[in-house]
Amino acid sequence: MNENTNNNRLVEIEGVSKRFVKSLDFAGKIAQKLGANIREEVVRAVDDANIYINRGEVVGLVGESGCGKSTLGRMVAGIMKPTEGIVRYDGKDIYKLEGNEARDTALKTQMIFQDPFASLNPRMRMQDIIGEAAVVHGICTRQNFDEHVDMVLDRCGLDPEFKRRYPHQFSGGQRQRIGIARALSVNPECIVCDESVAALDVSIQAQILNLFMKLREELDLTYLFISHDIGVVEHISDRIIIMYLGRVVESGTTDEIFASPNHPYTQVLLREVPSLETRHHQFKPVDGEIPSPIDPPSGCYFHPRCPHATDRCKQENPKLRDIAPGRTSACHLNDG
Amino acid sequence: MNQGTPTLEVKNLRTYFFTKAGVVRAVDDVSFTVGKGEVLGLVGESGSGKSVTGFSIMGLVDPPGRVVEGEINFNGQNLVTMPEGGWRDLRGNKVAMIFQDPMMTLNPVLRIDTQMMEAITAHDKSIGKEAVRQRCRDALGQVGIPSPDERLKSYPHQFSGGMRQRVAIAIALLNKPDLIIADEPTTALDVTIQAQILFEAQKLAQDTGTSLIWITHDLTVVAGLADKICVMYAGKLVEEGLIDDVLDDPMHPYTRGLIGSVPSHNKRGEPLYQIPGMTPSLIKLPPGCAFRDRCEKAVEGCAEAPPTTTPKEGRVVRCHYPHMGETT
Amino acid sequence: MSTAPETPTFAEFDQTVIKPQTPMQRFASDFMESKLAVIGLLTFLVILCLALLAPFISPQNPYDLMQLDIMNGKLAPGEQDMMGDITFWLGTDDQGRDLLSGIFFGLRISLFVGAMSAFLALFLGGGVGLFAAYMGGKWDTFLMRLVDLQLSFPAILIALVLLAVLGQGVDKIIIALVVTQWAYFARTIRSSALVERGKEYIEAAHCLALSRNRVMFTHLLPNCLPPLIVVVTMRVAYAIALEATLSFLGMGLPVTEPSLGLLISNGFEYMLSGRYWISFFPGLALLVTIVSINLVGDHLRDILNPRLQK
Repeated sequence: MNENTNNNRLVEIEGVSKRFVKSLDFAGKIAQKLGANIREEVVRAVDDANIYINRGEVVGLVGESGCGKSTLGRMVAGIMKPTEGIVRYDGKDIYKLEGNEARDTALKTQMIFQDPFASLNPRMRMQDIIGEAAVVHGICTRQNFDEHVDMVLDRCGLDPEFKRRYPHQFSGGQRQRIGIARALSVNPECIVCDESVAALDVSIQAQILNLFMKLREELDLTYLFISHDIGVVEHISDRIIIMYLGRVVESGTTDEIFASPNHPYTQVLLREVPSLETRHHQFKPVDGEIPSPIDPPSGCYFHPRCPHATDRCKQENPKLRDIAPGRTSACHLNDG
Repeated sequence: MNQGTPTLEVKNLRTYFFTKAGVVRAVDDVSFTVGKGEVLGLVGESGSGKSVTGFSIMGLVDPPGRVVEGEINFNGQNLVTMPEGGWRDLRGNKVAMIFQDPMMTLNPVLRIDTQMMEAITAHDKSIGKEAVRQRCRDALGQVGIPSPDERLKSYPHQFSGGMRQRVAIAIALLNKPDLIIADEPTTALDVTIQAQILFEAQKLAQDTGTSLIWITHDLTVVAGLADKICVMYAGKLVEEGLIDDVLDDPMHPYTRGLIGSVPSHNKRGEPLYQIPGMTPSLIKLPPGCAFRDRCEKAVEGCAEAPPTTTPKEGRVVRCHYPHMGETT
Repeated sequence: MSTAPETPTFAEFDQTVIKPQTPMQRFASDFMESKLAVIGLLTFLVILCLALLAPFISPQNPYDLMQLDIMNGKLAPGEQDMMGDITFWLGTDDQGRDLLSGIFFGLRISLFVGAMSAFLALFLGGGVGLFAAYMGGKWDTFLMRLVDLQLSFPAILIALVLLAVLGQGVDKIIIALVVTQWAYFARTIRSSALVERGKEYIEAAHCLALSRNRVMFTHLLPNCLPPLIVVVTMRVAYAIALEATLSFLGMGLPVTEPSLGLLISNGFEYMLSGRYWISFFPGLALLVTIVSINLVGDHLRDILNPRLQK
């Protein structure tokens, strides 16, 4: 099992929150001063998250819409600054770095996106999409550009013959491979995969997941694998983190989480995942809707839908605590 | 479950698209039946023709595509030869469709009650206004939407994605159709919301005897919901049978590959079983079996178009060398 | 049941192979689909040729006051001058100017002024819009309020005021037209850039630590061009019409360098007295030019609209 010694932690997120504020325009401000009942809309996309990723680990991040997993992924990848808190890569606060150090750290964390259509520049040829950053940052020169691109293509299972083609001439699965190649081209250490297989057919999804696992072996990569598909996350992850409405509600190794989920939301989530084995399943619906992130419930966000909710749950937000070595959960029911 | 005339009987359906680049054989000789209260899972990946099959049954195939051959017998009546006027009676009335994007059903500028009442009065002008409203309320209750009176006065944008899909299903239910075709209705939804919708769909089929065709690429959803399954590849029906039979003992190499690719079917951490290659372009199909280039069992003989056979009771498969016997 | 044998009509389609196309080739083949747009394009090209070759194909140089003879004034189409060596195919105006030559040269000026001002406005407005979209926040607000301000004044009003201050002349007109048009380009490119900026390939560029300038010009700008192409096309037509209006009102180009607007204006008083041709033919030329450009622009808008793409 992975030892949680701090110097093995590649990525550390401490008290990170991200709020999106839709501020009032001039007319709105006047209306507010005159007593109208409008306020700024604040979306707490991520609320006080604390997670870590060990070197060489695959951490799966699951949750449903509005849980903030994509936002968290972007903060880890270095492309979105948190409103509060620190994101550390290899011990350094990535949003406080400057100059060459900032650039080098930025290149070490790469991201692979969900939409194979929107994640590639439609007006660039495949070889340029993959090789541009490498040339700009001096990882390869103009002279060995072709060599570098060919090597990356080979790693990702793409045919170099199509180097000069445009994205619209490739299938969804191939485009996703191009996205992976683009990330690999700058020699990253940590890759954030944001729903990277969600838009793919099952058979192509299997190919891409296998590619991820192969690259992890070959290049000693660390992954943050974000997905809403529990089956996929279960297969590929060493550890799993579950989020609900911007908060981390549970984390632990994959085996532990699936064997005995602790948080009521995790229990519901795992129960409702359809599998091949259950036939003529009598589906039991979960009560209620996922609340809107603009107007979340008080106390524990899950209490309106939780079968075990108590008065305390309505008033007090449970803190994420260790319930066993390497296992955390945010639920009042764990308190004795 | 299959008593008397089946609700839907599709025989040798072919829907082709005549494009500038060539003929796309989107649906090529597909046959199946759906009985009363039966749930059929129509499974396939992109380009398999499953959605076009659904559209063909509803008569929603637009030029440059059209149904070139075959019969679609709905309660005994052949829909292929029916004139356009007949369609207007059937659609939204006896046959309804639910799409992946609920905004394909819902008009963003109209209130929910307007849209729902319109769906009823379009087919039956004799019902009084209050009775129509009551039916709308009942339909919303049927799909588990709380406080229906309030919801009826709202606009689509005021609902979440899951709610919108449930409203779309409620609209489909309004005129108590005999057949509902659902095209990937839960693909874009969260797991917990999907569970709610599957629950409603199941209740529907069991309680009211409505037949359901559930089109999806997700085998796990079909496993829990369907009675029967049809697997499509490159426009052709490659396997059909009862859900337990097909999932426990798949005969066509593609079905075996598809089941093998599902992550939960593999040992954690091990490389997933993957079908090599990609779906072929429907314009440039190789002669013979369309799956040939990706099949591990392909031999010379597969260059001939494979026959459709029934090697076991209730099983249909289109392969020269279907897998017989126990799953490995 | 075995598959039915293929009907012969399908066989010849089976052998077609999709050739890989570059975006340009795809664009060209989409454009050819509309007959109207192709006619519009060809008509415009003809007009362009006439305008470019004006000095060589005109029977008479309408700017050369020495060639004009007032005795030739107000001759009907097809008549000849007194010496019989020039035929005035479209008649003459009140100064004795051959209308055909006047139209050729007028087209020349009109096209030049229209195109020049539209493209200059494109660079100016496009730069402002791209910058505003990329920077966001206060810069965006400030620049867009400037745009709103400018767009709230009628174009003719601004142009007239500017020309009153600057005086007459081709360069002054171009300046006036650029000032009235840059805001439109700024707004168009900004909305396009805002859409593109939200797309994942721009996020990927940030992830790859590419510089701000690189992202703006190599990634953002080329993908904002499609709507701009439409706007430029339509604005050239609009600029031509605007220039004609200004000249008609007497504020545009000087009398010695007549543009189509001035020719129309000259003939206005004769419309009811039967000498229709003095206004009619320049007006027709203006109409055909603007319509042909608009046909092209319309079809361009359709094929470049992502929502209409199949």
